[in-house]
This record gives sequence, C-alpha cells and structure tokens, in this order.
Amino acid sequence: MNILSHDAPRGWPLRTLMILVTAGLALAPFLFPGAKALNVAEKITVMALLGASYDLLLGYAGIVSFAHVMFFGIGSYGVGLALYGLGPGWGVIGLGAAAGLFVAMVVAFGVGLFSLRVQAIFFAMVTLAIAYAFNVLASQLSFITGGEDGRSFQIPEVLRPGFKIGEVFGVAINGRFFAYYLVFALAVVLFLALLRVVNSPFGRVLQAVRENPFRAEALGFRTIFHRTLATCIASAAAAAAGALNAIWLKYVGPDTALSSSIQIDVLVIVVIGGMGTLYGAVIGAALFVIAENYLQALIGRLSQGAGDLGLPLLAQLLHPDRWLLWLGLMFILAVYFAPTGIVGKLRERRD
Amino acid sequence: MSFSDMGAALPRARREILPALTPLIVALVAWPFIGSFSTFATLTLASLAMGMMIFTMASGLTLAFGMMDVLNFGHGAFIALGAYVATLVFLPLAAWGESPSLGLNLALLGLALLAAIVVAGAVGFAFERVLIVPVYGQHLKQILITIGGSIVIEQLLYALFGPAEIPLQPPAAFRDSLSLGQVALEKYRLLALVVGLVIFVGQILLLNRTKIGLLIRAGVENREMVEALGYRIERLFIGVFMAGAALAGLGGVLWALYRGQAHASMGGELLVLIFIVVIIGGLGSVEGCFLGSLLVALIATYAGFLAPKLALISNILAMVVVLLWRPRGLYPVSGR
Repeated sequence: MNILSHDAPRGWPLRTLMILVTAGLALAPFLFPGAKALNVAEKITVMALLGASYDLLLGYAGIVSFAHVMFFGIGSYGVGLALYGLGPGWGVIGLGAAAGLFVAMVVAFGVGLFSLRVQAIFFAMVTLAIAYAFNVLASQLSFITGGEDGRSFQIPEVLRPGFKIGEVFGVAINGRFFAYYLVFALAVVLFLALLRVVNSPFGRVLQAVRENPFRAEALGFRTIFHRTLATCIASAAAAAAGALNAIWLKYVGPDTALSSSIQIDVLVIVVIGGMGTLYGAVIGAALFVIAENYLQALIGRLSQGAGDLGLPLLAQLLHPDRWLLWLGLMFILAVYFAPTGIVGKLRERRD
Repeated sequence: MSFSDMGAALPRARREILPALTPLIVALVAWPFIGSFSTFATLTLASLAMGMMIFTMASGLTLAFGMMDVLNFGHGAFIALGAYVATLVFLPLAAWGESPSLGLNLALLGLALLAAIVVAGAVGFAFERVLIVPVYGQHLKQILITIGGSIVIEQLLYALFGPAEIPLQPPAAFRDSLSLGQVALEKYRLLALVVGLVIFVGQILLLNRTKIGLLIRAGVENREMVEALGYRIERLFIGVFMAGAALAGLGGVLWALYRGQAHASMGGELLVLIFIVVIIGGLGSVEGCFLGSLLVALIATYAGFLAPKLALISNILAMVVVLLWRPRGLYPVSGR
C-alpha cells in the first residue's frame, strides 16, 4: 500500500475501524442526510487533520505546543479575511490560503528558533503565552479581524447551498455537497502527505530526537533543525485545516478559529486516539465529535434521572455541559495506561 | 580549621545587581511618559499590589519546578479553587463583612485565607500523590497529566458551584481609598501588598534561615546530592508542592476579592501571567520570581494607562525582551 506510505493500520480491529470511519466520512452526504449530520462529518474531517498535524509534533517529535490552534486560526483568518476583503472567487481563496500558510510557517519558524533550543517545558510555556497574546490581538484589532464578532463572508457560487444541479439517490447535489467533498478530499490528501512525512527518514530522525536528543545529536543530526522543520510542517498543515474550516463555515472569528478550548479539544483527541500513530487523530476526532454532538443528549437524560432520584450532585456531574469532566478523566487514564491510546490498544491484537 | 573559617574561604557566588534593578528602571523610564507625579505614584502603588498577588501565586510553582523538575500546568486550578473556597466563607458570613468593626472584617478575611490554604493544600497533596508521582522525570507526561488534572478540577468546580460568576466583595473596611495628597491608594490593594510582602519575607526567611529551607535550596541546586546525604527529597517535595498549591489558593482569594468575583476561568488566565513571570525570573528562582512579578505588574499597569490596546500583550513583549537579554531569565538557577 504505497499510498499509505507502507504504514497501513495494523491489526484487524484497527483496520476495520479505520475503514468504517473513512467510508462513513466519504459517503456522509448519502449515509447521513441532514444539515447537522453533514456539519458533524465536516468537523470530524477538519479535527482529524488538525489532530494529525498536532500528532506530528506531540507524538513523533515529542514537542508540546499550545500554539497549534493559533496556526489553525492563521489559516482560517487568511482565507476568511481575503474573501471578506476581495469578494468571493477561487483565486482569492488560493491567495488567502497561501498567505495564511506562509504566515503560519514564518511564525512557526520564529517560535521554533526562539524556544526549541531549551527544554520541552519551556516551549510549552512560551507557546501558551504566545497563543494567548495572539488571541488577544485578534480580538483587539477589530478593524482588521472584526474583533469578537469575527467576519462573515461569501464563498464562490459553486459552494453555496443555493447552487443546485439535481439529485442522486434522493440526495440533493448542491453547493454544500461540493463544499463537503472539497474539504474531505483536501483533508485526505494532506493526511496522506503527513503520513508520508512521518514515515520518511525525516520522521524517523524526529522519533530518534524524541527518544534521546543527546544521542541523536551525537549521531550528527541537527536536532534544532529537525524540531523546527517539524513545527513548520505541522503549522502549515494546521493552517490548511483552518482554511478548509473557514470555507465550510463561511465565517471566521475567535471562537471558531482561535479559542483555547479548541486547543484542549485537539490535545484530548490526540491523546485518547493515540499519540505517535497519526491514525489516532482520526479515531479520536470521530469519537470526540460524535460524543460532543450526540452523547451529550444521552448523559443529559442520565442527569435528569439522577435528579429525579434525588441525587443533585450526581445530576450536576452528569450535566451535559460537564462532559469535559469525563473526557478529562479518560485523558488522564489514557496518559497512564495507554500512552498510544485507542490505536495502540487495538494494534496489540494482531491478525 | 573551624567551620566558619571554611565558610569564609569559599568563594561567594557573584550576585549580579542589574537584574534586580529592572523594576526600578522600568518605573523611572515610564515616569516622564506619564507626566504628573501623583498619577505616577498612584499607578506604581497599585501595580505593586498586583505584583505581590501574582508573586504569591507564582512562587510555589517556580520552587516546585526548581526542586523536582515538575512544572504544574494545573496550577491555575488551585487559584480558582481558593477563590471558590473564599465564597464559601464570605457568603454565609456576609454580616461580618458588612459590619463596621475592623476586627470582624479581618476575622472574616483571615478565615477565608485560612480555609483556602487548607483546602488548596489538601487538594494539592492528593494531586501530587495521585497524578504526579507516577510521572516523575517524564516531562511530556507531566505536562499532559497536569493539564488533565486541571480540566477535571475545573469541571468539578463548575459542577459544584455552577457555571456563573459568584460576586465577591472585600470586607467593608477595605472598600474605599486612602489619599495622601494627590496620591490615591485603594485600601484593599494596600492589604494585598502587605499580605504579599509578609509571604515574600516569610519565604525568604524560611529558605535562608531554617534547616528545611537549607534542604530545599540544596534540593534545587542538586537533588541527587541531598538524597545521597540521607534526606528524603520526595517528602520535602510534597511539602513544597502543597505549600505552592496553598499559596495559589491564597492568591486566588486575594485576586477574587480584587476582581470582585470568583470564576473557574480565572485560573487559566492567571496561569499565562504566572508562566510569563516565572520565565522572566528564571525557572526555579524565588528572587527572580519576585522581580518578574513586579516587572510584569508595573509594565501591565503603565501600558494600560499609556496605550490600553497594547496592555494585554505588553507582558509578552517584556518576556521576549528579557529573554533576548538573558536567555534563561533574570536569575537563572545553576545547573539548568
């Protein structure tokens, strides 16, 4: 399987799960009709790509960055502001995406050179501060970014819901349909590219640097170069994910593009799905987004049941808004007992 | 040769004085831009109080890191915890806070601070034992596990206290301002300044004048050597970690009263500020942390007055400038 860079998901349970998720996403407009289901599928796709790019840093290079969503935001704002300022057009999308990718890589290069020389912890702290500052800047410079309200914009006509050309199997073939497949196709291509990167000699060196930076350096690899390049590649992929998401949402603002809660979500997705596997991001994103959108109703019902039984505290703990509590617990358990997450656990069962 | 002679023979570490003067330099540079002396003095006094509150919250974090290489990304959760514990004391005893008697006012505040210290310290103990012990020495896992812990604590706080902000007011005696001529100072800030100074002086005395302090400083310099001499550094570390959590809780009470509300999100916001302070000061250094707190508070206040748009990122700029000048912070701890 050359297209998977000789790194196919190993073991039958994982293979089955990956095929199910991929097929589900590829056929989402046909399998799950309705606007909400398509939104969920799009979010899974984007989060999977964002998570995969984060995994390149976290799982393969062993770098903890809290500014990853910042690059996602740079991509979003690149496309969003270009479309807002110059009007809808494919050239404008390309221009905005190119600008976003370029800025993301330059910023990543600067941050990497500035802070990757020292301990991992230092990088984590510095990126947290930088991401916070960037978030504040995006909200403050409202004459450019629209501030807290963000910017809504028009996309090319082919991608608008109003653009209809017919029906196939009872599914309307309209702009939303095309927009979904645009996001999906580009995400798949970028995911395969990331898979290629982590399975290249460069990816192997990254893992060596992660395991033992001194030994890697003694063997003649410039660890700073490798870490900085990894940061740049991951940031560019994150910016691309942000650009795709902006096109889908036709809106860009701090809540959808820069919020620190997205950063926590990505972290949770990658850790629970499985660090250093890349497939973990896909499985994690699917689980996370489905849980976010559908499981909440279920625990809401449990919460009501607990409230009826006269257990107010349990009712509070099971409240739909508190679902992050349970994910946090899962996250801690995953770090202890399953460092390679769900994917790692499934891989243990070979066929 | 007696012991004291040996001490005299040892070369003393050279103390660099310039980093210690940075807050003063910043203040002097800002003065001409601000103009009038009274405004300048008011701003400076106000920012000193803010700096002391930040120091209270940050000092435990930097010490724990210096000792065991453990950086707690969940430190903010203890701040929020302290703030919520304060609401538990302040709301039922609201009458004490409204009464004109200074004694009752102080008793209320003291009770809230004590409760926050006890609860945050106890949770800190559990946090250290359950979450951090299994991942000593593994940085990546430490970062992840402490983030997971802070998510859980934050969500539990929401579940227990509800998602809305809880309003909180300082006791009646500390609500208005003192004025010395043209210079105004809120009484509450004065109180925060005093509490922060007491904690700073107490910490310095504890670290420099007691056996435990000696061991802690030795542990920061060289953990293996302290262990080789037969001291259980892990026990010492639990103490330092608990103290750090308790100080974070105490700082949370002060900050919540200063802001007039308690909310779980304050932990995350302050954590960014605390990290900047700790980085500026030099990871592991208490004196550096003190200077960093003052520097950050001064710069934030002056920038807020001179260029409000810049205020929120002024701290990041300060951090970058300090790191360009001294890449390991104002007072780097040796061996790091």
